Amino acid sequence: MTKLHKKQQLITFEQLPKTPTGITGLDEITGGGLPNGRPTLICGEAGCGKTLMSLEFIVRGATEFNEPGVFMAFEEKADELASNVASLGFDLIKLQDDKKLRLDHVHIDRSEIEETGEYDLEGLFIRLGFAIDSIGAKRVVLDTLENLFSGLSNQIILRAELRRLFTFLKEKGVTAIITGEKGDGSSLTRQGLEEYVSDCVILLDHRVVNQISTRRLRVVKYRGTQHGTNEYPFLIDEDGISVLPVTSLVLEKEVSSKRISSGIPSLDSMFGGKGFFQGSSILVSGTAGTGKTSIAACFANEVCNNKKKCLYFAFEESPKQILRNMKSINLDLQKHIDNGLLEFHASRPTLYGLEMHLVAIYKIIKRFKPAAVILDPITNLITVGSVSEVKSMLIRLIDFLQDEQITVMFTALSLNTVVSEQTDEGVSSLVDTWLLVRDIESNGERNRGLYIMKSRGMSHSNQVREFTITDKGLSLVDVYLGPDGVLTGSAREAQKLREKTGVALREFAISRKDKEILRRRMMLESKIASLQAEFESTEEELNKIYLEEELKQNIIERNRQEITDIRRGNADTLKSKSKSKK
Amino acid sequence: MELDEVIKYELRLYVAGKTAKSVTALTNLKKYCEEHLKGQYVIEVIDLLQQPQLAEGDQIFAIPTLVRKVPEPIRKIIGDLSNEEKVLVGLNIIPVSK
Repeated sequence: MTKLHKKQQLITFEQLPKTPTGITGLDEITGGGLPNGRPTLICGEAGCGKTLMSLEFIVRGATEFNEPGVFMAFEEKADELASNVASLGFDLIKLQDDKKLRLDHVHIDRSEIEETGEYDLEGLFIRLGFAIDSIGAKRVVLDTLENLFSGLSNQIILRAELRRLFTFLKEKGVTAIITGEKGDGSSLTRQGLEEYVSDCVILLDHRVVNQISTRRLRVVKYRGTQHGTNEYPFLIDEDGISVLPVTSLVLEKEVSSKRISSGIPSLDSMFGGKGFFQGSSILVSGTAGTGKTSIAACFANEVCNNKKKCLYFAFEESPKQILRNMKSINLDLQKHIDNGLLEFHASRPTLYGLEMHLVAIYKIIKRFKPAAVILDPITNLITVGSVSEVKSMLIRLIDFLQDEQITVMFTALSLNTVVSEQTDEGVSSLVDTWLLVRDIESNGERNRGLYIMKSRGMSHSNQVREFTITDKGLSLVDVYLGPDGVLTGSAREAQKLREKTGVALREFAISRKDKEILRRRMMLESKIASLQAEFESTEEELNKIYLEEELKQNIIERNRQEITDIRRGNADTLKSKSKSKK
Repeated sequence: MELDEVIKYELRLYVAGKTAKSVTALTNLKKYCEEHLKGQYVIEVIDLLQQPQLAEGDQIFAIPTLVRKVPEPIRKIIGDLSNEEKVLVGLNIIPVSK
């Protein structure tokens, strides 16, 4: 009874009303956006993107959610702002003309202002109120409110007025963003604005590690709602701000049991003949020159042959180089590019930070909507980030791709020839299928062996297969298991030849034996024939005696009969005599 | 012509309704002007509650604000103008007497 009651309560529990920001990823972290009708504080150091984030909130509100907004700037002039964000495709002038946006620059210059006696900030309130009412604004940004403190000296009045301002904003029912510079030490803002804004505080941060800068965002507090508490990297690029949740908050992905071929039939057969799961992640790792790129290209080719789209991110070779090289193994990728099924994106990993790479990948995927994605190789990403960063990036990428049901194939270079169980970028635990290509060195030559380290949710072969790259393409050959162990390459060929010779010899021996048997049979058969003849003559002999005996018997019998008849003749006469007597 | 020469100071006082501070500011201002600028000034009182659109033009955020439009450069004094010396310095008024 109580359980049922609790359940009902949970269902009827109302979520805090939220205003979507329209900023990629931020709504996901905050579970829908900023608190509706309440002020939010965005704080951070100079140049961390506070103004841009708040401006994007206003612009997205005006363009996507039909919520007009007021942007009150204490720092930059309206036209400066407009030209600053024009590169992001935000046309502030047009939005202003459409009455979707109102920019108001509050100019505070200490040298122009003299303070005498008591005052309040009613003027600011009236301005703000007027701006809100004139366009029916639902969103307000005050950027950076702390400039008031540098312009005015009476802190007591300012603090009292700030408190009044936030009450005023709440009364107006607008969703507001207040930005503030990060203060020294542990305080979030220089003037302690966080005291006033108690509903939602977002902290932005800009760090440079190894000469590569990363911006990060953290929701410090968000009253009355659940939110992601991690630090999330974010990016500012030509489409504005994108926040990337490190991992999605839930692991509730759709899974598919559909299979897609790897493009190498003999490899498919190692996976029960059907290939990979659709939407799974595949890692191909191996030492240099083991054919990882070839496997990847083969997969790309197969995907495109099935009229599906494939994206190829190359971090090592240029697309032209890959195209040329793959032509040598009978893979014509150019035709897929011409058909628009295949797209190459080549960039040096050092071009920009990991996050930028990730976002670039996200964006291209969102636009191209491929069925499969190839990253070749992920090892190179290490040059721009630490192992843990690369791992977290790949987790996010895999998360994203699995959400979108996109199959992904990574290639990774393992530097040591000894196969280490823990590879590379530590992604081996993340991937669903792990193919290992390794060198098998013996008899003064190097050959490639391939085996499946793991493959979740499907039966797979445990065999080490030799893997050959020829001008016809890729294929797997059964590895010969000889008395000396695994035979590959020319040793395998030699073994094959030996076996062929063996077969010929055996066949010859067999034919010789066959002839021998034939001869023996003929001999025996002739023997049998003579014996038969002998037997027949003996039989005839025996029969003759038997017949003679019989004849003799017959004759004796007849003779006796005759004698008897003669005697009976007498009797006959006797009979006729007696008859006549009667 | 004569009038133009005489009026050297154009002052604007921004208020929001008849609050105590506004009234004090206006009384103070009138007093100072009569004392120091007799016949050389005009005072325009703007009530932002009635004309909120005017607040942006003169960059008003505090109430009350006194703006010296003429002579240039524009000077602003915020507060109830209770400190005479500050107001006079702020408006760059050279006291007539004393």
